[in-house]
Amino acid sequence: MELQAVLMAAGGGSRMTDLTYNTPKPMLPVGNKPLMWYPLNLLERVGFEEVIVITTKEVQKMMTTDPKMKLDVKMKLDVVCIQEDGDMGTADALRHIHQKIKTDILVVSCDLITDVALHEVVDLFRAHNATLAMLMSKAHEFTETVPGQKGKKKTAEQRDFVGVDQSGKRLLFMANEADLEDGLSIRKSIMRKHPRMLIKTGLVDAHLYCLKKAVVDFLADNKSISSIRGELVPYMVRKQFSKSTTNQTIKDDAEEQNEKKNEGSTNHELIISSRDESLIQLAQERSCWNDHRGDMSEAYHGGKLRCYVHIMDQGLCYRVNTLAAYIDANRLAPKLFDEPAVHPSAVISERCQMGSDSIFGALCQVAEKTSIKRSTIGNSTTVKEKVKVTNSIIMHGVTIEEGCNIQGSVICSNAVIGRGADLKYCLVGNGQRIEPEAERTNEVIVGTDQLMEI
Amino acid sequence: MADSGDPEGAGPKDGIVQAKNEGREMTKEEKQRMRKEKKQQKKSKEKKDDKGSQEGGKEKKQSSSDPPSAQPTTHNNTQKAPSAVPAPVPVPAPETAAPADKPAKSKGELKAERRARQEAERASKQGKKGDAGQQAATGKPKAPPSELQPVVKRLPEHVQVDNPEVLRKLAKKLERQQIPLRSDYGYKVSLFSHLHQYSRKAPLTQQLGIPSTVIHPVIVRLGLQYSQGIVAGSNARSVALLHAFKQVIRDYTTPPNEELSRDLVNKLKPYISFLNQCRPLSASMGNAIKYIKKEISNIPSQCKEEEAKTKLLNCIECYINEKIVLAAKAIAKYSIEKISDGDVILVYGCSSLVNHILCEAFEKDRKFRVIVVDSRPRLEGREALRRLVQRGISCTYVLISAVSYILPEVSKVFLGAHALLANGYVMSRVGTSQIALVAKTFNVPVLVCCETYKFCERVQTDSFVSNELDDPDDLIVTRKGKTQLEHWQQVPLLGLLNLVYDVTPPDFVDLVITDLGMIPCTSVPVVLRVKNVDQ
Repeated sequence: MELQAVLMAAGGGSRMTDLTYNTPKPMLPVGNKPLMWYPLNLLERVGFEEVIVITTKEVQKMMTTDPKMKLDVKMKLDVVCIQEDGDMGTADALRHIHQKIKTDILVVSCDLITDVALHEVVDLFRAHNATLAMLMSKAHEFTETVPGQKGKKKTAEQRDFVGVDQSGKRLLFMANEADLEDGLSIRKSIMRKHPRMLIKTGLVDAHLYCLKKAVVDFLADNKSISSIRGELVPYMVRKQFSKSTTNQTIKDDAEEQNEKKNEGSTNHELIISSRDESLIQLAQERSCWNDHRGDMSEAYHGGKLRCYVHIMDQGLCYRVNTLAAYIDANRLAPKLFDEPAVHPSAVISERCQMGSDSIFGALCQVAEKTSIKRSTIGNSTTVKEKVKVTNSIIMHGVTIEEGCNIQGSVICSNAVIGRGADLKYCLVGNGQRIEPEAERTNEVIVGTDQLMEI
Repeated sequence: MADSGDPEGAGPKDGIVQAKNEGREMTKEEKQRMRKEKKQQKKSKEKKDDKGSQEGGKEKKQSSSDPPSAQPTTHNNTQKAPSAVPAPVPVPAPETAAPADKPAKSKGELKAERRARQEAERASKQGKKGDAGQQAATGKPKAPPSELQPVVKRLPEHVQVDNPEVLRKLAKKLERQQIPLRSDYGYKVSLFSHLHQYSRKAPLTQQLGIPSTVIHPVIVRLGLQYSQGIVAGSNARSVALLHAFKQVIRDYTTPPNEELSRDLVNKLKPYISFLNQCRPLSASMGNAIKYIKKEISNIPSQCKEEEAKTKLLNCIECYINEKIVLAAKAIAKYSIEKISDGDVILVYGCSSLVNHILCEAFEKDRKFRVIVVDSRPRLEGREALRRLVQRGISCTYVLISAVSYILPEVSKVFLGAHALLANGYVMSRVGTSQIALVAKTFNVPVLVCCETYKFCERVQTDSFVSNELDDPDDLIVTRKGKTQLEHWQQVPLLGLLNLVYDVTPPDFVDLVITDLGMIPCTSVPVVLRVKNVDQ
């Protein structure tokens, strides 16, 4: 077997608590499908037959009841539950399922919505025998107004600096602004080997990683690494150029491991080796190919640890981890698929003005004289007469009484909007009731119980 | 072939014209023709003489040609064995000797019989021109045809791309093996429209699922590395292929009710098709595959799986060790005798073997300098230059357009080969024949270094019939921000041609250094025959 897929669906959605305090992030509806359906669909389309899903008990329960997940996902899902409140990072989760991992893995996050040609990433992983291959995309500006945001949008949060070589594929440098206190410093060893480096900011890390099995073994030994994105990836990128990996001589697997055991060092090295290393070496020697030119070193500068990145410049790639991203994703995700905008079981009266980019979920009821433009109406939602809904996201089970005017808002599940209410750029939390004739602008309306959760 | 008498009118005329140009050529051509006509005569004679035993012989032939192709070759090999002894006729026609009678008589009698017949025929048919030229030019000749059955000489698929029938057959075969078909790219120059032309930007993995279940992941990786040029060069490709096969054999388990010797070969077939789709197989790879298939088929059925697997892995190790590593050492040993102090050696492109030789010679304290000739678009010479300079050899670097400028300084030319064809032609990177031609004009000796496992039974006299077309977009270059050829596909009369191989005639080559020794180019068929006998 070549690759095992691992879906990380235990994240809490810490950057959009208003949405996630009742619904766990993996099950948030985006275009009337649960968020985690998108990466699963990507994996299924590409040809995976089994996925290991790391999630919480709550999400697992919801997965079994959700119709979309049950019917549409044909792959075998091996669900591994972890503690919800535990501080488990993604790397910790990998360590948790270490026993199940038999081969190289493809780690995907549940909040990734993309139409990337996955073979581009995996081909880098295969062709160069890479230790890590990841996907990044050019960041898009979020254009929609975010409800509840007071004042101008904050300047972009901590940037990521990504350094690639001339071909744009080899990952040379990765650091987050938060970790760079005195400015960006680049080691001389990197500059000597790759004198031309392109440093890019404004890239979104799609959190899609192809990792060698040796990395998972390394994680199992090294308990100090808890996050893939935050710690493991920068560590591996740095390790490409460290002296020990480049001066590795060819030894037998057994010999090397014995040596490491005898040393008794706690710093377990990331050992990248394989059987028939001598044959691989021979083939590389005889091949007249080099990945760089201008200096006297062989291909890959003799390094065994290699990290590659595929940067998408066209196409869709969203990480739905903030409210703004969520809203934008709702707008664009349905365009990925050629599904009818109106679910067949929806009951929509003829005198309803439907915009072409509105989506209607199953069993929703829309009365006459309503106007629904650029919006998403969830499953089992009731929209009464004379309601105007523009640019909004209505989740499941919502009731909107007559005469309401909803603009640019997000209405979470099971909320009730009283008649005549006028909501502009608001976020109505789960199960909330908006009193009739209410006029709210740019507010986040959530229950008191949520306010207690800090 | 059994029925043809003298079909080619053009053939003999070509032969005469050629013979007028090159004195050496005539005798070889003549010999070839005589060989052919002898075969035909023997056939017609045997038809008359051995009518009675023909039925018996036919059955034998048919029964012997039914089992896998290994059998007829061994059948013919037993014929060739007695004739391997140097006879006055350099190439007796043993293949078509009457097979029906062979088992009955003893070796000595057969030899004497044959020699007598040949003398008689040569005397009677002196000067008659046969269709030797035509035969040499057809594609890969299979096991020599039996005179009792008309043999269909099949052209390999990869030189018949403009024939929709063949393409349809290929598509069907690939579908059966569940391997995606790679589509051709771009406008093909009409002279080469019978060959495949693929784009590097459209790898075959686009159509494969991830993770690959039909094809072993190691093979997918190998195919990717071939198509992207990460593993390039005849030796490197063969070693990588054998390495991949080792993994495949390790991961293989015999399904119930199947025999390892037959099932494993069937397992390897789709992998080989896949690799062929990624990049056409080289001659060395073809020989390696033949060897492995033979080894697998020779595994006795009572052998346990673990034992069989270990045996196969050892065979592969041995093959690599003998045919590549040790052969390189032997060739280096012979070549060092040919390198003297003060030599100026010209090399072309990046041949792993030639680089190895030069490094060894430098270790043995020979004083020489090297001129590396390079050509676009691959610019492999830069890699050769790096390896030589790293060792401390003083080098000069020129592009192929300057080769006639630099040749007066050169004392020897060392060339590597992709394959050595059965008629003595050297198939190598495009540009090699140019270098050999110019060197011949300047009277500089040209030495070709080639291991015996690259010897191929194919026969080719030009570079058009069978070649490889690389990605035409490689020829596009960006200078000062401008890419002139960016939209070459929209220009109606423009075609980009990126050839990979060309053939050098044996007259330009003075010596071939192989692990068996230093032989002239014309002795390649002898080596091939000796190799077949050994096997």
